[in-house]
Amino acid sequence: MKDQLLSIQARAKEQLESITDPKNLEDFRVKFLGKKSEISNILKQMGKLSPEERPVMGQLANKIRSDIEESISQRSSSIKAEMDKIKLQAETLDVTLPGKAVKVGNPHPLNAVLEEVEEVFLGMGFDIVEGPEVETDHYCFEALNMPKHHPARDTQDTFYINDNVVLRTQTSSVQIRTMEKMKPPIRIISPGRVYRSDAVDATHSPLFHQIEGLVIDKGITMSDLKGTLELLMKRLYGENAEIRLRPHHFPYTEPSAEVDLMCFNCQGKGCSMCKGEGYVELLGAGMVHPKVLEGCGIDPEVYSGFAFGIGLERITMGRYSINDMRLLYENDMRFLEQF
Amino acid sequence: MDLSMRWLADYVDCECDIKRFCADMTMSGSKVEAYEAEGEYLSNVVVGKVLSSEPHPDSDHMFVTMVDVGEGEPVQIVTGAQNVNVGDYVPVAKHKSTVLHEGKTVKITKGKLRGVASNGMLCSLAELGLTVNDFPYAIEAGIFILGDDCDKTVGMDIKEAIGFDDTKVEFEITSNRPDCMSVIGLAREAAATFNAPLNVKKPEFKGIDGNIDDMLSVKVENTELCPRYMAGIVKNVRTKPSPRWLRERLRACGVRPINNFVDITNFVMLEYGHPMHAFDLRYVDGTSIVVRNAKAGEKITTLDGTERELSEEMLVIADANKPVAVAGVMGGEYSGIMDDTTTVVFESACFDGASVRTTAKKLGMRTEASSRYEKGLNPNNCYDALMRAFQLVEELDAGDVVATFADVDNGEKAHKTVEFDAKWINDFLGTDIPESTMVEYLTRLGFEVKDGMVVSPYYRIDIECKADVAEEVARIYGYNNIPSTIINGVAKAQRTPKQKFEKKIKNAMLAMGVNEISTFSFISPKYFDKINLPADSKLRNTVVITNPLGEDTSVMRTTILPSVCEVLSRNYNFRNAECAVFELGNEYIPVEDEVLPVEPLRLGIGMYNTDNSVDFFTLKGIIEGVLDKAGAVEYDIERADSNCTFDEVASFHPGRVAVIKIDGEEIGIFGELHPDVLDNYSIGTRAYAAKINIPELMAKANVEKKYTPLPKFPATTRDISVVCDDSIPVAQIEKAIKKAVGKILEKITLFDVYKGKQIEEGKKSVSYSISMRSHEGTLTDEQADKAMEKALKALSEMDITLRM
Repeated sequence: MKDQLLSIQARAKEQLESITDPKNLEDFRVKFLGKKSEISNILKQMGKLSPEERPVMGQLANKIRSDIEESISQRSSSIKAEMDKIKLQAETLDVTLPGKAVKVGNPHPLNAVLEEVEEVFLGMGFDIVEGPEVETDHYCFEALNMPKHHPARDTQDTFYINDNVVLRTQTSSVQIRTMEKMKPPIRIISPGRVYRSDAVDATHSPLFHQIEGLVIDKGITMSDLKGTLELLMKRLYGENAEIRLRPHHFPYTEPSAEVDLMCFNCQGKGCSMCKGEGYVELLGAGMVHPKVLEGCGIDPEVYSGFAFGIGLERITMGRYSINDMRLLYENDMRFLEQF
Repeated sequence: MDLSMRWLADYVDCECDIKRFCADMTMSGSKVEAYEAEGEYLSNVVVGKVLSSEPHPDSDHMFVTMVDVGEGEPVQIVTGAQNVNVGDYVPVAKHKSTVLHEGKTVKITKGKLRGVASNGMLCSLAELGLTVNDFPYAIEAGIFILGDDCDKTVGMDIKEAIGFDDTKVEFEITSNRPDCMSVIGLAREAAATFNAPLNVKKPEFKGIDGNIDDMLSVKVENTELCPRYMAGIVKNVRTKPSPRWLRERLRACGVRPINNFVDITNFVMLEYGHPMHAFDLRYVDGTSIVVRNAKAGEKITTLDGTERELSEEMLVIADANKPVAVAGVMGGEYSGIMDDTTTVVFESACFDGASVRTTAKKLGMRTEASSRYEKGLNPNNCYDALMRAFQLVEELDAGDVVATFADVDNGEKAHKTVEFDAKWINDFLGTDIPESTMVEYLTRLGFEVKDGMVVSPYYRIDIECKADVAEEVARIYGYNNIPSTIINGVAKAQRTPKQKFEKKIKNAMLAMGVNEISTFSFISPKYFDKINLPADSKLRNTVVITNPLGEDTSVMRTTILPSVCEVLSRNYNFRNAECAVFELGNEYIPVEDEVLPVEPLRLGIGMYNTDNSVDFFTLKGIIEGVLDKAGAVEYDIERADSNCTFDEVASFHPGRVAVIKIDGEEIGIFGELHPDVLDNYSIGTRAYAAKINIPELMAKANVEKKYTPLPKFPATTRDISVVCDDSIPVAQIEKAIKKAVGKILEKITLFDVYKGKQIEEGKKSVSYSISMRSHEGTLTDEQADKAMEKALKALSEMDITLRM
């Protein structure tokens, strides 16, 4: 009987090797472990054995049975693994086929850059305020130390609605509105549309955007202005960004400066991109003129402040190497989808 | 302002190269736009002496010349010019040289002309880039024969030999510094910048006996608009060309030399920044000059030959009978110097800037003189300018100056003074500049510091307060030497609720695949017709620009819709297959009895796809998406009719337009554009547009979000199909079901609308899946069935029946 059992075990092991299909495996299980299997038959003859042999044989038969069970289960999982492998292999994709587009809209480049600028200033504690685009002569000029017939008005060709109302030529008008409403300390920026009667070409547009900045407090210095603008440029253009301040004249600031950014292309040496100057003009700035402060009811003996006006088009075009301002207002999808 | 470096060198030696000069002047406040060496395009052109000239053997008009160019062996050059004689000194473009030809730089190399070798070219003035104005004794059609005012050293570079080697520097002078619109003004700035001595001497003249009062009377009637009027007389006028040194200085400053008198007035204007006027005494009726306001309707024919009508606020220079010049703008027709002029009156006057500006603008003629006067010139400068003119007349032997001159002076004599406070300046700039250094800077700039005051030189009319003094100190100290600091003090900032809301709207639009655009705020009034707006629409009442660039940009938009249509049209014409755009932009609505319009923010949306994959419901989906993100919970979307508050309803397909209502208020409109509008914009495909009023939406929106607990009990779903009149909007059915089912209603989903077989003509079948849930426990079948019964009962009251 022992030989019989051992022979079954040997045969089972041998046959199991060649099974590759789950169905054959089931047939095999029935054949070796089912009710009509050889082992079952042998176990039925246990009664004929002596009481001494019975437990020994029983133990052996059970061991062989569980051995075979174990082997089947092992075989089963290896067959499954094999089949999974084949299935996955059959599902191989050409990963270089195009992806299915999920459409996300793109912000307009002007607003993308504006938002960056806003984030920098929010971080420095500047509130964002807005003001009207159709503005009175008072806020656009008079209160900014530019009375009627002031020669500086010539540099800002103005669209008039009537003698008293204009399309604002600069966001500086918001300075006045803010100073009339808020008391120092004031820290604001004011982005918005401005208008000048320049015909449309690659570098001019009758409508463009400025970001006005204004800080008023006790003890504000010109070095604060420099530090603030330097920080902005480093945030916008990276740690290597360098600016220079150049004396200039604006009626509403004193001292006034134009601020140039060192040309990235040539590092200030002068190249075709910066027209040989080594710097590109970026914005106007200065210390708020005492007359302007006084006009808004702020005592220039107690408070001082600075203001600046950034041309959004200029920094946007520089940022993305856009060479024609008209593209910004044409709104061609092929252009818009690049940002 | 173009500056001749040679002229500048008459007054100050900056001891540096041109690059450094430009950089340092820019950094001290006189911005250099560009600089240019004269005759840069000339190379290897030298002075040659013609040794012989023989007729060309094979040509009846050319000559074969031998020219000494200082290289030992003379060179043979063939020329077609007829004015070259042996012994002449001429410009020779040698082999491998460059000259100008028809405005372009061309290279000259040796070659053969009709078989005879020619090793270069003899040059005309034009080939050097000059004109007979620069060398009046030369001829235009021929070789430039060097005169005695040139250096005739054979072989010398031609530019040096004829004084065509100056450098001109173009400055951008700010409007507060009219004094820098002059050679002397820039010399002062250069002297201060480079800390170099300034060598300007007071001009003087000798004069001949005579009394101006016997020849000319001068009266100023309006001393406010003419604070100073000086006039002097030059007798025995000898009109002729100016000497080279004067001609070349004018040329480098961009002024064409004419004759000695015209040149003197231009020279003094450039040097002192003060416009001069010279006129013929013959044409001064009654030998009297009156500076007065023009009479109404008075006319003058100006130097440019145009007759102009004057008005009473304009200031004129008149003789006994008529105006002879518009003060500070332009002289009259006969005022110029002619060949037979014998006596000249020199005028050196000061006029009110604003008055000159207004007059020039009104007459539509801005001249060199008016652009200087309007910035505000100083009366004190009149004297030096007139003296300089007299000095030049004598130096150039242009006539005899009468020793006495007229001077009606009502000008302000006091120099401007401002408190000097070194500590305040340092506190203001954020610097630590010693007081003595500040005083040194200010002294360099011509200021006097005494008794705690800064006294301006007379030519500085722009220094009015401590901040002005601080700027003077700062620009010499160097703006870039000012340290950089971070603003002191605590500050907190955040976007306002309005700004946050707008950002939310924008982000929602971007997330739904719509691109942001930026369009002009001004439009053409014709665009209202393009979008089919009714003739009596209130939107046609606009803010009108009185001086627009063109009709296309002449009124401020009262609706964002045409801007959106414009972008759709442009993209369609660019053959872009699809387009989905939005703008958050202002409209500008006039308000009666208010000075300024209101500028409400609008969301404009436009979209099309030439493959027709975009339709009304694509746009509606986006609208619902944005309303959802905006926090609008309860809103209705209804068919828009003619009672709609949006006049733009006329721009849409009458059967495919909807309004968005919140609490009964219409806050937006959207739909398919009317075929006529598509036609007007040449859009060859169906297109969709929307306009949503942002402030109104924000007022209705729920910006605060609150968490609703997740359901603990399962939902029960019932599907129903009902039959109703085709004209009933499904939204009405949904509303009725919602109301009937009550608060256990979780979601109602429309999954089919069917018309056709088995459904009566004019009716439709609508199928819903209705999901119900209670938060108190699992709904029983009875509860669900009861709710459905209620719903069907409510529907039956609207003649809507269960489909069998």
